[in-house]
Parts: sequence; C-alpha cells; structure tokens
Amino acid sequence: MKAPDFSYHDPRTLADLMSLLARLDDAKLLAGGQSLMAMLNLRLLAPEHVIDINRIPELAGIRVDGDTVEIGAMTRQADLLASDVLAQVAPIFRKALAHVGHVQTRSRGTIGGSCCHLDPAAEQPALCALLDAEFEIIGPDGARTVAAADWFQGYLQSALDERELLRAIRFRSWPQGHGAGFEEYARRRGDFAIAGAAALLDSAPDRSISRAAIVVFGVEPSPVRLAKAEQALVGTQLDRATIELVMEEARALDAMSDAHVSADYRLHLAGVVTGRALSEAGSLVEVAP
Amino acid sequence: MTARNITLQVNGRTVEAQVEPRTNLADFLRAALRLTGTHVGCEHGVCGACTVIVDGRATRSCLMLAVQADGAEVETVESLGRADALSPLQQAFSDCHALQCGFCTPGMLMTLESYLRDHPAPTRDEIRDVLSGNICRCTGYQGIVDAAMQTAASRRSPR
Amino acid sequence: MSTRYFGSPVARIEDPRLLSGGGRYVDDIALAGMLHAAFLRSPVAHGRIKSIDASAARVLPGVHAVYTMADFSDIASGPMPPMAPHPLIKTPITSYPLAQDEVRYAGEAIAVVLADSRARAEDALAAIELDIEHLEAVADARMAAVSDAPRVHLSRESNLIATLRGTHGKVDQVFAGAAHRFTESFALHRGGCHSMECRGVVVDVDAHTGALSLWTSSQSPYMVRRFLAAYLGRDEAELRVVAPDVGGGFGPKANVYPEEFAIALAAIRCGRPVKWIEDRQEHFLATTQQRDQFWTLEVACDSEGRMLGVRGRVVHDNGAYAPYGMILPATALASFPGPYALDAFDIAIDVMLTNLVPTTPVRGAGRPNTAFVLERLADRIARELGLPREEVRRRSFVRSEQMPYVTGGRMRDGSPVAYDSGDYARALDLTLERIDLAGFEARRAAAKARGRLLGLGLASCVEDTGLGPFEGASVRVTPAGKVVVSTGAASQGQGHATVFAQIAADALGVVLDQVTVKAADTAAFPLGISTIASRIAVTAGSSVEIAAREVRGKALKVAAHMMEVSETDLDITNGEIGVVGVPGMKVTLASVARTLSGAAGVPLPPDITPDLAATGYFEANQLAFAYGSQACEVEIDPGTGDVKVTRYVVAHDCGRLINPKLVDGQIRGGVVHGIGNALYERMMHDEQGQPITTTYADYLLPVATEMPDIEIVHLETPSPRNPIGVKGAGEGGTIPAAACVISAIEHALGPNAPPITMHPVSPQDVLRWIAQSKT
Repeated sequence: MKAPDFSYHDPRTLADLMSLLARLDDAKLLAGGQSLMAMLNLRLLAPEHVIDINRIPELAGIRVDGDTVEIGAMTRQADLLASDVLAQVAPIFRKALAHVGHVQTRSRGTIGGSCCHLDPAAEQPALCALLDAEFEIIGPDGARTVAAADWFQGYLQSALDERELLRAIRFRSWPQGHGAGFEEYARRRGDFAIAGAAALLDSAPDRSISRAAIVVFGVEPSPVRLAKAEQALVGTQLDRATIELVMEEARALDAMSDAHVSADYRLHLAGVVTGRALSEAGSLVEVAP
Repeated sequence: MTARNITLQVNGRTVEAQVEPRTNLADFLRAALRLTGTHVGCEHGVCGACTVIVDGRATRSCLMLAVQADGAEVETVESLGRADALSPLQQAFSDCHALQCGFCTPGMLMTLESYLRDHPAPTRDEIRDVLSGNICRCTGYQGIVDAAMQTAASRRSPR
Repeated sequence: MSTRYFGSPVARIEDPRLLSGGGRYVDDIALAGMLHAAFLRSPVAHGRIKSIDASAARVLPGVHAVYTMADFSDIASGPMPPMAPHPLIKTPITSYPLAQDEVRYAGEAIAVVLADSRARAEDALAAIELDIEHLEAVADARMAAVSDAPRVHLSRESNLIATLRGTHGKVDQVFAGAAHRFTESFALHRGGCHSMECRGVVVDVDAHTGALSLWTSSQSPYMVRRFLAAYLGRDEAELRVVAPDVGGGFGPKANVYPEEFAIALAAIRCGRPVKWIEDRQEHFLATTQQRDQFWTLEVACDSEGRMLGVRGRVVHDNGAYAPYGMILPATALASFPGPYALDAFDIAIDVMLTNLVPTTPVRGAGRPNTAFVLERLADRIARELGLPREEVRRRSFVRSEQMPYVTGGRMRDGSPVAYDSGDYARALDLTLERIDLAGFEARRAAAKARGRLLGLGLASCVEDTGLGPFEGASVRVTPAGKVVVSTGAASQGQGHATVFAQIAADALGVVLDQVTVKAADTAAFPLGISTIASRIAVTAGSSVEIAAREVRGKALKVAAHMMEVSETDLDITNGEIGVVGVPGMKVTLASVARTLSGAAGVPLPPDITPDLAATGYFEANQLAFAYGSQACEVEIDPGTGDVKVTRYVVAHDCGRLINPKLVDGQIRGGVVHGIGNALYERMMHDEQGQPITTTYADYLLPVATEMPDIEIVHLETPSPRNPIGVKGAGEGGTIPAAACVISAIEHALGPNAPPITMHPVSPQDVLRWIAQSKT
C-alpha cells in the first residue's frame, strides 16, 4: 500500500499557495494528512498534484479578541485540546477534542482539514455548526465568508470551491458560565462516532433556559442543528420531560445506514447521545445571581 | 517525480538525504536510514506500530511524507536506549512483560515516551486511553499499562 | 540439579534487542540487488482468467519483470502440495502459486511484479490489463451446501469436501432416556488473525550452487523447506529456510503459502534476491482466516441438569481451498466433549468449499468453537431447569477421580483421547471465588443504580497440548564456557528462547546469561515441525531438558575423571564443576569443553566421545491436557447497547510453569483475543464473495481502552507425559473466552432475553435483545 506518484509542492507563503491553487488542475491539499495520506496509501486517490500547506505559519493559531474567537485552519488538534485559552472561552472544544482520533493523529490533524473533509462523524465540523461559525475562505477572486449553515453541502462536500482555501474558522463565544455538554458513542476510544451530540445552554436567573444550541453528528451526512428543539427550550426548565422532547427531534432525523449500523440504531443513538449531552450541559450551566 | 533534498535531525544527528516525495517517513527511516526499529503494520493510520516522535509529538510516520520532515526533529525507538543500556521505560517493559513478539513495541514505547514527558502522574485509565492508538495482538495490554505506571512512578521518585 | 530458573519469572533474554529497535523481522532484511514484489490479485471471488497483458506494466520505470505461472514452467509446475492430507480428500484441493485459469477467491494471486521498490511494483500492478470472466460465486457455507448451489470449483461437482464425524457411546439411547432435550443453533463468524506483522518472504538464490535461502515470517520453516523442496524437485539440503523475528503468528503463519512459492520461483527465474512483504490489505484478502461455522445441536440432560449427550450437525466454511486439509474442523470435533463427562455424542461436520479465502487454525483452532457451543448449552440447561450455571458444570464435569479419562474422542491420527489429569471443578470454584460470585448481586444493584446492566459469565475448557511427533534441540558448551541451545522450534513472541535458556541453565548449573539460543534455521538444526497447537514448551522444552541432562552427565563424567573423584561427589554451580564440601576443588565447564574439543595427539578420557554436546528429540506420543475456567463481568449501557468487560478472572492449569510471567502473558493475550472474537471481530463479505471489511476502520481489533485487567490463578498439576511436567499455554486463554463474555452478556440481559447463540455480538444486537426481553 504505497502512495501513487504525484507532483509535490510545498508553498511557504499564502500568495504562493493561492497561485498554485489557481494554476494546477487535479490538486489535493495536504493538511494534517491523517485522512489524505491514508487514502493515498490505499490508492483510493491518485491526484496529480499534492500541495502541502504545512509550511505557511499564518494559517495556524488561536486568536481570542473579546468574544470573537478565530482559529487558523491549520491549527493542530493537539493544540486545540491543550489550549487553556480556548478551554476558557469555549469549553466544548476540550470535551469534543478528547474524542477526536488518537494522540498520534491529533499531533498532525488540523481543524481545517477535518472541516473540509467533512466525514459525517467528525466532531470539529459539528462544533462549527453548533457555534454558528463562519468559514473564512480565500480564493482566486479574493476572500469570502461562508456561514456554517451554508458550509455543509452534502456527504463529504463542503462549500469550498476547487481553487479555494479555508483560511480560518471564526465564531462568537458564549458567555462565561454557559453549560457545555458533549456525548458520542463509538465502539472503541477514538473510533469514528456512530452518533454524537453537543449542546450549549445558557440560563436566566430563574434557571430557565435563555439560549440553547444542539447539534447531532454522525447520523445524517452533515451535522444537524435541532433548531425546533432549541427554540422550544427557551423559557423552559431543563428536566426529564423537556430533554425527552429534544431527544424525539433527534430521533426524527434522516439517518444513514451501512453494513455495520442500521438507520434505526443510529436514530436511537441520536436520541441517547442528545439527551446525555443536554443533561451534561444543563448540569454545568452557571446561574448568574 | 523529482527527488527532493531534505535535512532533518534524527535521534540527535543531522541527516541529509534525497527522497522521492511520495515516500512516507516510516519507509524513509527504515530503508534510507536503516533504522528498522520503526515498524509498518497497516499503512492507514490505525495500528500505531509506526509511531515516532516528530518535533516532540507522537506521530504516525506512515501518514507523514519524508519531505514533510525536512527541518524537523525526529526521534525513533533507537534513541531511547541500547540493548545493553535500556532506558527506564524500556526496562519497565521487560520487567512487566510488556512485549511478546515485539512488533508493536517500538510504537508503544514512543507513544508512552512522549506522553510521560508531559504527564508524570497518570492513572491506569489514562494510560489505556493514550494507548488507544496502538494495537497489540500478543499481550492483552496489561503488561504495557503496568510498565507505563512503573516508569511514571520511578520518575517521580528516582532511587 | 538446581531449579534456580525453572519456575522463576526471569526477564526475557529476547527483550533488550526487541526493545531497542534491534529486532530483525523479514522486512528488515535487505540483500544487495534485491527486488521488491507485488502481487496482482483476483478482483473477483470466482472467475476465469482469459488474458493478462502486462506489456504496459513491464516498461514502467523500475519494473524488472512481470511473471505468471507460465513463466515458471521449466522450473516447476502444478498446484501446491497439501499440508495435511486426509484420506477423505481424494484429490488435494490446493491453489497454484499463481492462479493459472480459474480463481476461486477475491485476492487470489495471479501474477507477480518485480521492481526496484514496492511503490513502483504497485504502479505496475495498476498498468496490467487483466481480462477475467466473472463466474458465479458462493459466499456462504450454508448456500454452498444446497444441492443446486453454484460450484466453488468448476471441476468439483459438489462443494462438500467431506463430512467428518465424531461419535461416542449410544447416542439414540442416551437421548431417548434423557429427562430433557434442548435444541439450539449457533453461528460463529469469520475473523482473521491480524498479527501486527503481516506475512513476508525474502528469497535469495546462490548464483553458483543454485541453493536457495528463504527468510519467511512463518511458524513452520521446516515445512516450507520440505514442501518447497519437493515442489521444485530438489533435495531439502539445497534449501535453507529461516524464520527470523516473527511479529506474531497465531496460526495462519503455520501454513505454507502460494506467495512463498511464487517468490521462490520468481527469484530463481530472475536470478536476483526478491522480497515480498504482505501489506495489511493483502492480509485481509489472502491470509487464511477462521470460522463461519453454523451448528445445529441437541443436548440431553438428566433431571438434575447433568449433561448427558450432544448431537448435531455443523456446516463449516473451509473457504476456496484446503491447504491445511481438514485440520481445523477435525480439531473442533476432537475437542469434544470438553470438560464434560458425556455418555454420548455424535457430531457431523460438513466441510464446505466457498469462494472465500480458506480457513485454517487461528488461535484455538476450532477448540474455541466447541467450547462455545458446549458452554452455551450448559447455560441453556441451567436456564431451562432454573439451576445455577456453575451447578450444571459441577454436575456435568469430568471428576478428578475419573482421570485418566477416556473421552470417546479421537485425535488427528485416530488414536483415542484420554485426559491425563485435572480438577475441572476446582478450577471453576477458584475462578468463581476470585471473581466473588457471592457478592455479585450487590454489584449488580450498584450498577443498576448507575443505569447499567451487570452480568457475570463463566466458561471452561480443556485443551490438548504438546502435539507430536517431536521437536528437537541440541545443547552445546563452547570452549569459552558458553552454552548454546539450538532448536528447530520457531517463535512468534512466546519467549521460547528464554524458556529454553532457563531449562538449560538449570540442568547445567550455569548463570542464565551464559546461554544463547538459536532457533528456526533449517541450516542450523536438522529437523523441526511447526509452532502450533501449544506444543513447543512440551516438545522442544523437553528436548532441551533431555539434551542438557546428557551434556551434564558427560561433563560430570569428564570432570570426575579429571579430578579423580566419583561423579556423585560433584555438583555444578555457575559453570564450575566442584566437589561438594571441598571448595577449591573444581574444574570449569569451559575446560571440560576444551578437553572434549581435542588437541593433536592427546587422547580423550576413556569412554567419552568428543564435543561437550548432545541432541535430544522428545517424542510426544501422548497429549498433555491443560484446562481452565474463566469468569468475567460485563457492564452494559442500555442506552447504547455498549458492552464493556470490566473484570476478568482465569484459573488455569498448564502443568509446571517454566516462567510464570510468560504464561500469564500468553493467557492475557489469549483472553483479549477471545474478547475480540466475542465483541469486535467480524470479517464480512458480500454475496458475491467480495470482502467488505478490509481496513481497521471496519474490522475492529481490541484496543487497550476497552480491555480489563485480567487476574490469573494458577494450578500446577505436573504432566506425567513429558520430562519437565509442562503443558502448553498458548491458546488456553482464548479457548473459552468468547463463551465467557457471551455468557456474561446473556446474564446481564436477564432471564427474559433470548439466549445468545452467536458471536461477535454488536451493540445493536444487545439493544434488540433488551427490547425483546421487555415484551
């Protein structure tokens, strides 16, 4: 299982990268390599060009400015997991990243790579959906921003055009004291999730929910926000009954099936992980006095 | 395909080589540098036998191109110790019978070496967690966990 | 004689080398001028090769040759010789080194490319045009058995290779008179061995003599030599086969493979050394696997739940060929009645061909299948009669007073099976005590409070070990005083070298690090059989003992002569032969060795032959029966159906333990292998015989996070059947493990859930059963 031949490019600047992207046909970007290299080794892909984007320093980094968080696309998952700054403003990251692959894959794997590859079971794209993130793109015609709602175009399909680069992901952090919950089910530690969910909750002084965001991933080809449930939760107390209603919406998704997992089981799991993520978020939300 | 010149640190030594871009780091270490301690088990990034340390981080060398290691510091199992002078971690592996056929062992060692540098007081569960990316078919893992715990303990209270 | 090392958990002598990156596995071997091979493999499960056009491939950079079987016609021809002929197999059912006409499983090798690098060889594969006519394929052994099923081999009218039958006692009578009879069907799914090192072979041909050297990641270097030599029409002396460090075997590396032959032929053809390293994808396709067995059984018991008899039929998937004869299904049959004192049994196994990669022994070799069905049946009896599961065992086990117990079973060669020794009930009691069966209900309630279902499972087994005919070893003391043990026994991680060194060091009174062990090189030791069936400690270990004792005797005789004392006054400590009670009066083993190495004109002591060395071949004419019980706890998440094995206890008797640490390692590794079979490992093919699970994303191996710590209690009933009193330990951990885990899951789900009769089980299955238990 040795990779097929390709022309290798490793631009050192963003400008060089964009000019390569504009010029080369049949090129694949090599980011963390944890997906692409495996596919090359398995000869599932044979691109003519491989453009290694690991040598462009400005593509990585976590920048927090007030409630704006910007994460460079080439930021390593290990750095996301380790970042105390990020854990402070968006605790959901540390919870989710612990489930992303294994220590070795997090050393190289990047958030941008994951968000462009878009495996349905990937945690990082789900977090982007959860946080209503914006995807900062550079292309031959300049820069553009794509909202999370428009990023997911289908199975393994992002809104990125062939000649474009995802530069960074940006989102508004939730207020301090919000509750974050994460739950996924995988057969073994680090395996692709069969179904997962993440939830963010904020509450009013009377403990009722003032804001909710819930995303389910691994069930449909793209991560799905449970928009109806989110709206319905506002103004309510989180209890068994309200959690059950949210789980029902999760169980109404259009689940994928494959040789190993039936759609029915996925849906059932969707309910379970949603309920658990929501409960966890609820238990962690701090009520302002 | 045009060969590329790369310069990197391998186990503390400067290495200059010419590589085909498609050659992965594992194959480069094994064939070009004759450092055959790093093993290839699956070539699709699951088994962990190929784990080395790149710039301080445990890395699957089968999923990295050798050209990507240009300018990097790479540590392989050969850097840990010698047969007549094993490192405490290696010695712990022997004490705790953490290896049988030895094929997954270099990968296990490098994952743990990297982990224990930053985590001096792990629990057994945390060790098992960090080993989730390294498959062993012989030992059932218990001896490996014992060895990691023994090493961590001995590092905290050196004799 | 000292017993300083025997029984001691000494550190392995293999370790320093393996730990420091000094292992030498087949892919670490690089010979000057070596070419790298890649195989063109059948993309379909059944097909007829119409044409192969390699012209585009041959001109690619770095490509030296593309060969098919036709290119070897002047060197050798014909199908591979069968490894285990059986009278019921009239015509051997083996493949060619490279398929010539008909291919019968997806992945069967058709052509081989030689190139400067593996990458370039793979590039060439992509450029070969293969025209292959698809034929109907059979991917399920039950379908293969149907009368109008498509033919797995076009030339074979029936897909049935043979029906094996094992009977004992008066089955009809026993069943007719039994208080209860229950019927059950079982499905045991395919899985692979997945040693972390795949297969591989390097072949070198001596340009002057034509002699062949092979390094192969094999459990059977001597069998590779024997069969390849015969195939090439050469004398075995012209072939040297070495098994270097081998990264796990587990059974499939004991076979002789088409690729080993094809690479040898390619090396002879092209006149350069050739290396082929199997990659993981190929391992999924072309390394033999195990299971896909479907059992339909009836069990009879008395009113007290004592198991009286078992009868039924098994459909066994042998895959597309029988390279290993019918050893696998025969072993499943020979494993009856397990630890149970059955009055009668009658089992028929239909050994079927299918268009899938062949099945051959994988750790346990059919014994786990038999253990699974017997343990499930015992649990079934308990369920039906409302008895504790362990009580059914106590009432049904062979009792220690019944030893030696003639079971009614037959070995491979037809000889009757008799268990030598064992206390099965005691092993079970120890296991249940250690897992604290008594405290289970409290733990179950605590788990329930956490929202989890807790179950406790148990299973037992008997394992025949020490398969004959022999292995051999020689022991030699060098003039420098080192002890060299040489043996044909091949290792794949078991620590044999350490164990042999312990035995030799004890016998010769030397310090352990004075002993080196050389193994698995047909040029260094004349005969060997194979490392399979947990046989090496018994056979090769005993051979080391025999040879070492002979060397000791010789050394004492010479020393007695040199010091003019009686042999009975002598003892050996740290390589020095001294007179007991007279310090200072001694000679070294080294000096004795030097004496026996000879000097011109100097006669040797009387009645002594040259060389301080001896060779022993222990012939294992009888099997030594290890046995054990296992118990485990599983925790089930009723939300997801997830099953975690949280506790595991093994009580195991494999006779005297040469190195307890190594035995523990074998047991633990074996148990985890069994847990993998119970919960994770399922090799899947579609209806056209296409493998579906071909990466580690789809085929799940047990990983550290989900595995429990495993507690082991040892019983040591020395085997009277060999000079060191040992029994094999390599497979005993695996044999009852899947049954144990399944028993625990069934227990966790409660009495209203359906009985579990298959493995592996998935979380979906568990949820389904939970739902069923509520209706």
